[in-house]
Amino acid sequence: MKLKKIKLLLTLAGLMLVATACGEVVDEESITAVGSSAMQPLVEAAGEQYSAENLGKFINVQGGGSGTGLSQIDAGAVDIGNSDIFAEESGGIDADKLVDHRIAVVGITPIVTPGTGVTDVTLEELRDIFTGKITNWAELGGKDLPITVLNRASGSGTRATFEQWVLGDEKSIVSQEQESSGTVRQIVANTPGTISYVAFSYVTDEVEALSINVVEPTNENVQNNDWIIWSYEHMYTNGEPEGLTKDFLDYMLSEDVQQTLIQALDYIPISNMKIERDVEGNTTPVQ
Amino acid sequence: MKEIHGDFSKKSKKRKLESFGRTISFVCIALIVLVVLSILYFVISKGVSTFFVDHVSLKDFLFGTLWRPGEVGEDGNPLVGALPMIVGSFGVTIFSAIFATPFAIAAAIYMVEISPKTGKKILQPVVELLVGIPSVVYGFIGLMVVVPTIRSIFGGTGFGILSATLVLFVMILPTVTSMAVDALQAVPRHYREASLAMGATRWQTIYKVVLRAATPGLLTAVVFGMARAFGEALAVQMVIGNAAMMPTSLITPASTLTSILTMSMGNTVMGTLENNVLWSLATILLIMALLFNILTRWIGKKGAMNK
Repeated sequence: MKLKKIKLLLTLAGLMLVATACGEVVDEESITAVGSSAMQPLVEAAGEQYSAENLGKFINVQGGGSGTGLSQIDAGAVDIGNSDIFAEESGGIDADKLVDHRIAVVGITPIVTPGTGVTDVTLEELRDIFTGKITNWAELGGKDLPITVLNRASGSGTRATFEQWVLGDEKSIVSQEQESSGTVRQIVANTPGTISYVAFSYVTDEVEALSINVVEPTNENVQNNDWIIWSYEHMYTNGEPEGLTKDFLDYMLSEDVQQTLIQALDYIPISNMKIERDVEGNTTPVQ
Repeated sequence: MKEIHGDFSKKSKKRKLESFGRTISFVCIALIVLVVLSILYFVISKGVSTFFVDHVSLKDFLFGTLWRPGEVGEDGNPLVGALPMIVGSFGVTIFSAIFATPFAIAAAIYMVEISPKTGKKILQPVVELLVGIPSVVYGFIGLMVVVPTIRSIFGGTGFGILSATLVLFVMILPTVTSMAVDALQAVPRHYREASLAMGATRWQTIYKVVLRAATPGLLTAVVFGMARAFGEALAVQMVIGNAAMMPTSLITPASTLTSILTMSMGNTVMGTLENNVLWSLATILLIMALLFNILTRWIGKKGAMNK
């Protein structure tokens, strides 16, 4: 009885040895990309697709926020740092040694609870709402309903972009804050008179997207910069990328990913952009 | 005789087993102590860097009312006043304890004194089930049910200390109840018998003898509930509104230490002031947890001396 058991164990161990030996024939390699939770679904999907096409190459994708992504890549702890904002805009980061790879564009739109009676605002009116100068929808020709401002958490990439293009140098009033775009949409949908902002992909029938100066929040308007509230999705590397990292970044920028995956996930392909914008907001046409 | 002599000169099998077991338990305890100490060291060393590296004064941090990390005020000091969050945290903790205590003690009296059978069969499993519900579920119910209800009754947005209090009330109720049950059960049977023998009614016995004798245990139960309420993050974050301003009423959006922590941690860069102040908030939470712990021990000691 005992002998049989030992024999069985030995056979099993032998099988395992063979199995691991087989696994090592393919050269396994992996890199880690950390950061922006807004970019996580995109990078994850692209990573899976990449692994399926390139056996033995793995892309580990983690969230944690743009701040985490930038500080981890700054410290050299990961291979790629995902961020919604320019590294230069974030304090405590040595942006000079980081290399920026812009892989997509995301448009951001103000959203309100349906039934405010307001569908179009000017940029100035939007600024006045978020700085607390306009506090009732009636002031904008809507219903007599107090305006509730809802912000994303300070430091969120979406908020940083929105404040840069709408508020400029002015500061938002202290308001309610939520951590994720999903919760923001949920609350805006259910709380009468609420205004907030989300990426285009989060807009559903439950909420109403406002147009600004009669420009509709659409991908086409972002591509020619008629709609100015948008940001790049950055993948930062510490120094010039090499090996698998470079290969994966090239893959992200390939027509295949740009025209299928990125559009399927409601981002705007970088190759569709008709203009280019630097960290100060200066635009130049793409030739 | 020789065999017996041989046995005593060596450790017996059982002695060996015993010392082996003792070593294992010692290693486990040492590991736990090490983990606790390193967490304490890590959080506090990060937390104090707000004051020593970024030179924020402790007074500005604890009593300032403007929370805008990353911005500086007119006097050039960073705007990192944590008072709104401290007030919010204590507010929801105290209110939820006030709400929960009568319910918990009433339930405990029912389960121990009035109807132990129904108590064991029905109430106990219900209370245990409440403990097992994850906090995100409480938060979700709070967001979808409590917040709209508060909004339709009191107006405003519905987010605020009142909604958070109601959610926390349900969350700490099972903790307080089950600990109150233990406290009541610990009252010796002869107390009740003596009271009844002297002609006291059941209510008089419960009110004047059992509850009095169990007071330290009941207080410990409430403090434990408060500790849980103070540390709860997710459910509170979903219903309190997370506005870092001084709460002016129970139905205006407010924030707690935990809600600001969970919201901001992914968005700050390690080593910056924005990150360090979050560690300072964590340090406050840690110190409060320690205080709650000391308080329960102190109550326990006081109670023991009175007996």
